[in-house]
Amino acid sequence: MKLTFKKTNYSPGELSSGGKLLTYAGLIVVLFLFLFPVAWMVFTSLKSLEQIVSEPLSIFPTTWNWSNYLEVFQNHPFSTYLWNTSWYTIVTVVGTVFFSAFIAFGFARFRARGQTFLFALLLSTMMLPQQVVMIPQYLLFNTIGWVDSYLPLTVPMIAGSAFLIFLLRQFYLGLPKELDEAVTIDGGGYFTIFFRIILPLSLPAMATAAIIEFMYRWNDLMGPLIYLNSQELYPLSLGLANFTAAYAATPWQLLMAASVMAVLPPLILFFFAQKYFIQGVVISGTKG
Amino acid sequence: MEAKTKHSMNKNPLRKVTIGAKREEKFFWLFISPWIIGFFLFIIGPMIASLYFSFTDYAVMSDVSFVGLQNFINLFQDPLFYRSLFVTFAYAALAVPFSMLVGLGLAMLLNAKIKGQAFFRTFFYAPSIISGVSVAFLWMWILNPQFGIVNSIIYDVFGIQGPGWFTDPYTVIPSFVLMQLTAVGSTMIIFLASLQQLPKELYEAAAIDGASSWRRFRNITVPMISPIILFNGVISLIASFQIFTQAYVVTNGGPDWMSYFYVYYLFETAFFQNRMGYASAQAWILFLVIFALTFLMLTLSRKSVHYEYDK
Repeated sequence: MKLTFKKTNYSPGELSSGGKLLTYAGLIVVLFLFLFPVAWMVFTSLKSLEQIVSEPLSIFPTTWNWSNYLEVFQNHPFSTYLWNTSWYTIVTVVGTVFFSAFIAFGFARFRARGQTFLFALLLSTMMLPQQVVMIPQYLLFNTIGWVDSYLPLTVPMIAGSAFLIFLLRQFYLGLPKELDEAVTIDGGGYFTIFFRIILPLSLPAMATAAIIEFMYRWNDLMGPLIYLNSQELYPLSLGLANFTAAYAATPWQLLMAASVMAVLPPLILFFFAQKYFIQGVVISGTKG
Repeated sequence: MEAKTKHSMNKNPLRKVTIGAKREEKFFWLFISPWIIGFFLFIIGPMIASLYFSFTDYAVMSDVSFVGLQNFINLFQDPLFYRSLFVTFAYAALAVPFSMLVGLGLAMLLNAKIKGQAFFRTFFYAPSIISGVSVAFLWMWILNPQFGIVNSIIYDVFGIQGPGWFTDPYTVIPSFVLMQLTAVGSTMIIFLASLQQLPKELYEAAAIDGASSWRRFRNITVPMISPIILFNGVISLIASFQIFTQAYVVTNGGPDWMSYFYVYYLFETAFFQNRMGYASAQAWILFLVIFALTFLMLTLSRKSVHYEYDK
């Protein structure tokens, strides 16, 4: 009896050896299930079409056709797509994150009448399906002649993103106000506080915000689909979606090569920033 | 008395810099002004316009003509409207529980105290980073009826031809649900965060009382994380009703209109057929459906969601 009582510093995460074994087994099976598709994508991108058709179950390429990647660039304006996506993503990410931080600072630092209401309004815009505002927005941009340019996709970033404003505000609320006061004593105004104190201190939160926005912009299909008509303006998502249009039969090896290249930048970014990122998602997920 | 105040004012420099409520208010509006502008230009303005257009017949190049409730009457007589609603409901009904169960299951696995936690977390989360067109292609390839890995294995192991997945009217919706497997990461992370905040004492007490791990899960974990289950449920419901990219890339609404999702139909009405008025009416119906379902979910769950342990 006494012995069993001694074992009371039980914690929910601690497992019996059998449970541990089972957990590891589960983790490894899931890991395999998650990694296999990506690995298969990479291997397929290096196969020849003959091998794909004749031996569907083979995992490794019999010949490693690195030329598949070259072909993607040669037969498609892939470098144009890549360039378009890259500058578009970078510009909008920097812009949206900056303006979201600016707005979040306003919500976090100043007391004003109607603030609670406005913040609730901001949060409620997250519930609004994009489709309700999409059509009038299109008509507006069409009227002022912005369709078939990047303006409708970039200019609205000045309003920030409701989700990022929420995320950054949560973070700013946690920063001690004394920091601002130190600046004010030295004669600095609120812009100095924002640029010199808040922005540098919130780099981890900004990194999280930047990655979230990056993934959204990099992968967005509907926005470019609505506003861009000329192929030389296409971002990767749209170029990729129309990739097979030129072929009678799907060139799987090329499609996979193009997909690998499209997937790589977000994955690399995630790899380097995952610590911040998961933290940030956790913050937004639990305090909401 | 006065001297004392003066003294403390000098001692506490913060006093000097406390700004007046008026000035504070001014700065508040200054800082949030970009959002205010955006709110009127890109949200409230368009919402009013969209409501107006839903009562009109409008095809970009032509004039706007007011038609009253005609768009809505037409919608309710439109078989494609019902088909797209049905398909979207069916998808949501499968996808929401699926991503809840898988997300929670994975979070439980990652919550266990074992070596390599950070490693597993990173790799479990990574697939949801690569959403979009390329992942749609990846799944088209995995579920390809002839050369895809799934059907190849089915053929090798069982000697039978696997289903057509995206090409078969009966399997196309489940295939889209299966595709959600790569996107389950954010649901999983939010579950994981909430699991980590559960008080250990409760589990200790239950373990001493001899409660099995299943009972601990059912009677402690589930009630304690019920607000998060609800949160994830609502988020994934809203996302399910707006499924578009996958349908656009993989099936174009087929086969036999069985993946003609609501937003896909709306998109075609607006930007392929240029029927802006009709599409606006569709958008408002979507808004009402999502709103009603969210409201229903929040109301129905009121009794079973426990908030007392909220921190």
